[in-house]
Amino acid sequence: MTAHPHSIRDVPASDLDRRRFENRVAWLTTAPAIALLALLLFGPVLAVAMFSLTDWQIGASSLRYLGFDNFRSLFADRVFWKALSNTALYVAIVVPGTVALGLVVALLIEARPALRGLYRAAHFLPVMSTMAAMAIVWGTILHPTIGLVNRLLAAFGISGVNWLRDEHTVLSALAAIGIWQGFGFAMVLFVAGLKSIPQSLYDAAAIDGADGILDRLQTVTMPMLGPVTMFVLILTAKRAFEVFDTVRVLTQGGPNFASDVLLHRLYTESFDFMRTGYGAALTVVYLAIVMLLTLAQARLLDRRAHYT
Amino acid sequence: MKPAINRLARAGGLLRHGALIVTAAFALAPFVWMISLSLKPTSEIFQPEFHLWPQTFHGFENYRVALTTAPMHRFLLNGLLVCAAIFLLQMLVCVPCAYALAKLRFRGRDTLFSAVLIGLLIPPQALAIPHFVMLHLFGLLDSYAALILPWAISTLGIFLMRQFFRTVPDELIDAARLDGLGEFEIIWRIMLPTAVPALAAFGIFSVVAHWNDLFWPLIAVRSEELSTPALGILLFRDDEAGQFVGPLMAAAVIVAAPLVLAFLFAQRRFIDGISFTANT
Repeated sequence: MTAHPHSIRDVPASDLDRRRFENRVAWLTTAPAIALLALLLFGPVLAVAMFSLTDWQIGASSLRYLGFDNFRSLFADRVFWKALSNTALYVAIVVPGTVALGLVVALLIEARPALRGLYRAAHFLPVMSTMAAMAIVWGTILHPTIGLVNRLLAAFGISGVNWLRDEHTVLSALAAIGIWQGFGFAMVLFVAGLKSIPQSLYDAAAIDGADGILDRLQTVTMPMLGPVTMFVLILTAKRAFEVFDTVRVLTQGGPNFASDVLLHRLYTESFDFMRTGYGAALTVVYLAIVMLLTLAQARLLDRRAHYT
Repeated sequence: MKPAINRLARAGGLLRHGALIVTAAFALAPFVWMISLSLKPTSEIFQPEFHLWPQTFHGFENYRVALTTAPMHRFLLNGLLVCAAIFLLQMLVCVPCAYALAKLRFRGRDTLFSAVLIGLLIPPQALAIPHFVMLHLFGLLDSYAALILPWAISTLGIFLMRQFFRTVPDELIDAARLDGLGEFEIIWRIMLPTAVPALAAFGIFSVVAHWNDLFWPLIAVRSEELSTPALGILLFRDDEAGQFVGPLMAAAVIVAAPLVLAFLFAQRRFIDGISFTANT
C-alpha cells in the first residue's frame, strides 16, 4: 500500500502497532486539554481549599495557617447566615414560580398551532437578554414614583412602595425579576418534553374514555412530563442559586442585608474587601452546595450514567 | 351538537390567546418600557401621566449622549472580541480532545472522561479567587488576556463534542486514514464539518454566556476601555451622564440589542442551541 503524498504516517498494520499509534495520537490531541484542566480547573479548586485554611490576602507576602478558623468565623457571622437564608428564600420563590409559569405557558402554546412560533420567541426573549442592562431597566420599572409597577397600581388606586429600598419587598422584587428571566427557558424545555409524548398514548387514553382536556392532562401529559419537570426544577434551582447580577446592579445586598445572597457575599468579601482566605472559605461552602445540587440532579435523572 | 362544539373550541382558542398575551406582555414589558423611555426627555419621564410613545421625541438626543459620553461602540467591540477569542480557544482545545475521547482507545481515557464529567459540576464562580491570583502573578490583570484565558477550557464543550463525535461512523475515519490523511486533518477536515450542529449549539451557548457575564469582568478588569457590554453599562450608569434616565435607557438598548437581534434572526438555532446544551 503506498501512502498518499500528504500522509504523515502509514496506516499501522498490526493490532499492537495500532494501539501504539492511537496512544500517541491521543497524547497529542488531549495534551492541551489535560494541561488546561489541571491549570484552570482542578488546580484552582485545590488552591481555593488551601487558601481557605490561611489568613492570606492577595498581594501579601506572608501567610499563616489558620486551620478551620475562617470557617469558624464564617459560621459565626450573622451576615453569612442572612445571605444563606436570603438565597434559600430566593430559590424557594423563583423555582416554583418559574417552573409553574413555564409549564402553563408551554401547555398553552402547544395546545393549538396558531401563533406558536411567535409566542415561543416572545417568551424566550428575556432568557437571551443581558441581565446587567435589563436589571437597570427593572430598576426604573420598580422606581417608586415614575416606575411602571407603581403607575399601574395607582391606576387601581393602590399606592405602591419603594420595592427595592424596602426590607420587606426587596427580595420578592428580585425574585420576580428572576422568574421573568427564567420562565421562557423552562417553557422551551417543557415544550420539548411535550413534543416527545407519543400521540398513541392520547389515542389509548381516548379509547379508555379520557378525552377531555383535564382528563388528558391528568392521565397522560403530567405523568409523561415527570422526568422533564424534575430536570427543569433542578436546573432552575441551580440558576437561581447563582443569582448575582440583579443584586449587584440594583441593591448591593441592601437595605440592611435584606437582599444579600451567597454569590454577592463571596464577591464582596473576596474582591471588595480582599479577604482572600475568608472569601475562599465562603467559596468552599458555595462549591459544596452547588455540587450537591448537581449530584442530586445526576442521581435523580440518572442521565450521566448512560454516557460512560 | 356540532355548532356547540365549534363554539367551545373557538372559546378555548380565544382563552389560550388571552392567557398567552398576558404572559407575553410580562416577558416583553421591560423591552417596550426600555425603548419607550429611551426616546423621551427627562421632563416627560417624570411627569405624572404616561404615554407609550413620547410626546416630545427626544430619541436622537438620548442615543447621541449614550454613544458619545461613554465608548459604547468600544464595549460592543470588546464583547465581540472577547466572545470570539473565547470560543475559538475553546474549539481549538476541546475538539481534538473530544475526538480522542470519542474515537481512540488509549490508556487513561476513562480517567480523563471522568475528570471532564467532574469538571461539569464545578461552578465557574468558585474559581474566581485562584484565577484572579494567577493573573495577578503573571501581571495580566486588567487586560484582554484576563477576560479570555480563564475560559480557554470548557468541559461542556468537550462533553458535547464527544457525544456528537461518537455518532460519526468509524468507517469514515478508517477511509480517511486509508486516503493518507493525518489525524489532525481528520479532526479538522472530516470530523468538524459533520459536527456543525453541535458546534453551533455550543457556540451560541458560549457567546451568550460570555456576552452577558458580569461577575468575571467585574473582577478581571478595571479600565473602561477594556469593559465588556455588561460591565460597560454599569460604568455608564455610575457615570454622570447615566444619572439621566433617557440616555441610560438608550445605553441599555444598545447593550441588549446585538443578542436580541441575533436571536430574532435565528430563533430556532438559539432555542435549540441553548436547550440542547442544557440537556446534557
